[in-house]
Amino acid sequence: MEQTFSSKAYLDMELLRFTTAGSVDDGKSTLIGRLLYDSKSIFEDQLDAVKRASIQKGSEHLNLALFTDGLRAEREQGITIDVAYRYFATPLRKFIIADTPGHIQYTRNMVTGASTANAAIVLIDARNGVIEQTHRHAFLASLLGIPHIIVCINKMDLMEYRQDIYQSILDEFQLFANQVFPEQDMRFIPISALHGDNVVKPSVNMPWYSGGTLLHHLETIPISQDHDLVHPRFPVQYVIRPESDEFHDYRGYAGRVAGGFFHPGDKVMVLPSRIETEITSVDTLTGPLTEAHPPMSVTLTLKDDVDLSRGDMIVGVDDIPAESCDISAMICWMNPKPMQLHGRYALKNTTRDVKCLIQDIDYVLNISTLEQITGATVVKMNDIARVQLRTTKPLFCDPYTTNRITGSIILIDEASNETVAAGMIV
Amino acid sequence: MGNNKLTHLKELEAEAIYVLREVAAQFERPVLLFSGGKDSIVLVHLSLKAFYPARIPFPLLHIDTGHNFPETLEFRDRLAETVNARLLVGSVQESIDKGRAVEEKGINASRNVLQTVTLLDAIEQNKFDAAIGGARRDEEKARAKERFFSHRDEFGQWDPKNQRPELWYMFNGKKRMGEHFRVFPISNWTEMDVWQYILAENIDLPSIYFTHERDVFYRDGVWLAAAPFMEMKPSEKIEFRRVRCRTVGDISCTGLTLSFADSVEDIIQEIAATRVTERGGRYDDKRSEAAMEDRKKEGYF
Ligand SMILES: Nc1nc2c(ncn2[C@@H]2O[C@H](COP(=O)(O)OP(=O)(O)O)[C@@H](O)[C@H]2O)c(=O)[nH]1
Repeated sequence: MEQTFSSKAYLDMELLRFTTAGSVDDGKSTLIGRLLYDSKSIFEDQLDAVKRASIQKGSEHLNLALFTDGLRAEREQGITIDVAYRYFATPLRKFIIADTPGHIQYTRNMVTGASTANAAIVLIDARNGVIEQTHRHAFLASLLGIPHIIVCINKMDLMEYRQDIYQSILDEFQLFANQVFPEQDMRFIPISALHGDNVVKPSVNMPWYSGGTLLHHLETIPISQDHDLVHPRFPVQYVIRPESDEFHDYRGYAGRVAGGFFHPGDKVMVLPSRIETEITSVDTLTGPLTEAHPPMSVTLTLKDDVDLSRGDMIVGVDDIPAESCDISAMICWMNPKPMQLHGRYALKNTTRDVKCLIQDIDYVLNISTLEQITGATVVKMNDIARVQLRTTKPLFCDPYTTNRITGSIILIDEASNETVAAGMIV
Repeated sequence: MGNNKLTHLKELEAEAIYVLREVAAQFERPVLLFSGGKDSIVLVHLSLKAFYPARIPFPLLHIDTGHNFPETLEFRDRLAETVNARLLVGSVQESIDKGRAVEEKGINASRNVLQTVTLLDAIEQNKFDAAIGGARRDEEKARAKERFFSHRDEFGQWDPKNQRPELWYMFNGKKRMGEHFRVFPISNWTEMDVWQYILAENIDLPSIYFTHERDVFYRDGVWLAAAPFMEMKPSEKIEFRRVRCRTVGDISCTGLTLSFADSVEDIIQEIAATRVTERGGRYDDKRSEAAMEDRKKEGYF
């Protein structure tokens, strides 16, 4: 064996989830293929298959885009139609890529991929500069609360690797970004996905750029602060009652911490009853813990015998979320059947299931121009709209910008059971 | 404020536990598909964690092709007993005897595809509404787009073009009568993650994962185990070699690796140095490039 693999280092890695956005042909598949290939994440049998397919399709060189080629339907149509997940690791981090197609009607895919991402790569073809789609992608990434956006200006090889070209694209993008999301963490990198410049290896063709390769950014972006660490939120997922002799009276509340820290002895409030009590223990199979934080899955036990079930929430006693049946949300509609004003849908928020009525459509957003179109009575597939919802039971929620877990909702069509919308509470 | 860093394996574990609890909360009759392989063994371990100190709230279901390594079956029975879980076995032989499935003939005959019939029958008979599986998205192209909660119609079929969008961690398990879900809690794990987890958690595995001597023969770049029901070509000859299984399934399609690895640490070193995917050694995937996608659409694991 060439080198000894270190399990200790492996066990010390962090996880970064990122998504990619770009228009068709901006080089997204090539870029992902390049990342996988240069980070040596491609296995020999995969490489052989891609070599064979490249030759078959008459490519001169290895067609990196084929590494991320998915289902047969897409192979036949030559387009990517759904979110696909890819994995690779370097000694520093493990990465999950939500590979989302860039075609205009697939806003829903980008929203899906973006919902769990720490970072988004937005691709720009250096020959075309900032186009309408770029605004769209960057806006969606920001709307979905992705903490870090990396703008890659690709195909620099076709523009003689010129700094002035890069700079003018960067300036134009900044202008837009400053208006729309001034607070957003953004980075810019000139690359050639095809030749590998600044993807994994620094470019010798662009000595004027010293901002680090794409992989370097992916490996070093700080991610531990991406969770809401301030507001203690614990949606109850499942109640554990062993009903065994050993644990006769045990009643534990299983769930995943959605915000803040929980310790034994902490004063907490349970919603909706608003009863105050105290955490007795934070339990796991391997023993009790002294602390739980996002995104850990644990089981809490409480001092008092309170009645709690799935969909209820344990929160910090001095820091409770809004409790309301009237919800304002930005939604992305994801179904061919449009949303109707006054329509009724099932709604999920954390582990809570309620029903809701669409009371008002404030506006539909043209996400290319950011124009707010009022007076709409339907919201169509891939539209972004701001709506007012009335729920049958109150939600315990935070603004999405504060907490991506307690601040998000999905809508379900009760006739088809399909998930029809993603929503961010404002 | 404390330190809130979680290693990637701890985060994947938390995610899988969350998914398992969603299954228990959203479905009435879930079941865990237990193949005897390392991924399903890890699932059992994660289930223990998810529901501690209660028992695992669903049974284990093994679809037995009748062509299993005896070590797998022994291990299966022992594990079910240790974790105090109910074990159900669906028999492919029975499906064949009843005329529900037709045995393949010829040199590459395998009962792997027939498992689908037995599985769907078992799901229907027991009225299971969610079947938890150990599939991972890194295994194979067709799996890269699989959801955590994967909806199946009343014929058990998967429609890759019409999947429900899966947003944040809100899983939509709503369904009509007769439909069911496949759920994949370790979707985001890679082969290396699974092995590292087995090492870190000290999880017990069937002996065939480790090096042992066995009668084998070589076919199309893959070592296969010799067994009475394995038809061989005249040009193929049995050799006695030191091998181990990289995945564990039906004997007819489990590719073996020549290996001296006799501990999880050794296996990890071996995998880190290997440049072939795990499924690269699976004979059933080699039949056609789109083989897996086709089987999945029909209701395969
Ligand atoms: N010259 C050049 N061509 C590129 C580069 N990146 C991608 N391409 C080409 O652009 C075309 C579209 O790339 P692809 O990755 O399929 O784009 P996608 O539709 O965004 O996935 C292909 O012909 C690529 O070879 C680059 O950096 N330089």
